[in-house]
Amino acid sequence: MIAWILFHLFVFPGMLFTGILGLLIGWFDRKLSARFQFRKGPPLFQNFNDFFKLLGKETIIVKEAVKSVFIIAPLAAFAVLTLISTIIGLALFYQRGFGGDIIVVMYLTMTFSVMVILGGSATGNVFSSIGAGREMKLLLADELAFIIILLVPIIKSGYQIRFDQIIAVQQASGPFIGSASGIIAFIIGMLCIQAKMTLAPFHIPEAETEIVEGPFMEYSGPLLAFWKLNHYMMYVIFPFLLILLFWGGFQFQGIGILWAVLKYVLIVTVMIIIKNTNPRIRIDTALNFFWRYASPVAFIGVILAVLGV
Amino acid sequence: MGWYNKRLAKSLWVFHVSGSPCNNCDIEILDLLTPRYDIERLGIKLVGSVRHADVLLVTGVFNKKIAPKIKKIYEQAPKPIFVVAIGTCVSGGCCFKDSYNMVEKREEFIPIDMYVPGCPPKPEAMIEAVAKLVGVLNG
Repeated sequence: MIAWILFHLFVFPGMLFTGILGLLIGWFDRKLSARFQFRKGPPLFQNFNDFFKLLGKETIIVKEAVKSVFIIAPLAAFAVLTLISTIIGLALFYQRGFGGDIIVVMYLTMTFSVMVILGGSATGNVFSSIGAGREMKLLLADELAFIIILLVPIIKSGYQIRFDQIIAVQQASGPFIGSASGIIAFIIGMLCIQAKMTLAPFHIPEAETEIVEGPFMEYSGPLLAFWKLNHYMMYVIFPFLLILLFWGGFQFQGIGILWAVLKYVLIVTVMIIIKNTNPRIRIDTALNFFWRYASPVAFIGVILAVLGV
Repeated sequence: MGWYNKRLAKSLWVFHVSGSPCNNCDIEILDLLTPRYDIERLGIKLVGSVRHADVLLVTGVFNKKIAPKIKKIYEQAPKPIFVVAIGTCVSGGCCFKDSYNMVEKREEFIPIDMYVPGCPPKPEAMIEAVAKLVGVLNG
């Protein structure tokens, strides 16, 4: 039993699987972005090379930094993402869940942002502090809409917060994305994960041209490698979460495998298209967008879900 | 370290140190990222922070005022780090070589691994320099 738990955590839906798939999808992202700009793009194993190269570099601990927080933040963030990917992966691949899946995942995604804020503010660098502050504001902006859209699958599945039961309801009576409330929640969810992953147009915290990667500016070597890996792991976690909550999970019989891959690639492609066709917005614009437009629309979705539409 | 050097050769992240240049070399460096030359296909990325860098591209006149600052940037970078001197200014001093404020020995400040002469050097020349660096790393 313990061996299986460790296997799930470290190998299949957890660390190894998510890390490798994330780095490969990261290549897909870079390649597609390059094609958008009429460039050729990096080779297939580029992200692996980057990761292993960073593992072998020197780690510089900044003199003004709070040493313990500076070191622990990327590793804790990595642990948090491993845990989220295990919970989501177990529900998707093994139809298993425990008591409060959605609530735990909600808290853990928030914990990741908190780790970014802690890591950024521990470095003692001005740009990092600005980045951490922006990350905090962005978290406040997207979290409300994110929580509201999480209510939609809960309501539509008959007030279940277990992932396996949400999937079971969808496989019995069609995915939630087919209904009006489901499609509204799905679209708002796409925007929320765009902000949670700090992709354009919401890459305000790590704006490379403006505050040089923000919270990650002072990181070097293995710690930076973990931040990069965290970023690519989120390319797996959040699309899987959307598929799980709104698109009926995966079926692994016959043509279902192809359909599962297509669903995942489609969501990632839409994310990359949004990323490549939008400029960076200001933090107040982002806050305005999420609080004034996205959250009320998501709330309408919840009302529709209660009415059963 | 052969295996590690191969990884390093495939993902050289470049940081751009402009030490009082006339901006000509800088524009040519940025040319490398455009669709025509697209240096990302060799795994090379322009990073904004010196902490992420593997290669420092030094441009500009190496005078007494800027030399300590370039040395400071070099010390802030995580090792192993390579320094490529872009342009005739860093390589030979260009038309400023007899100036009163020039540093006589650049190598006392930072070890320069490679010189790319030219005013400004063509992007092809810079790609060749990078390819040579990759060849050295691969052994």
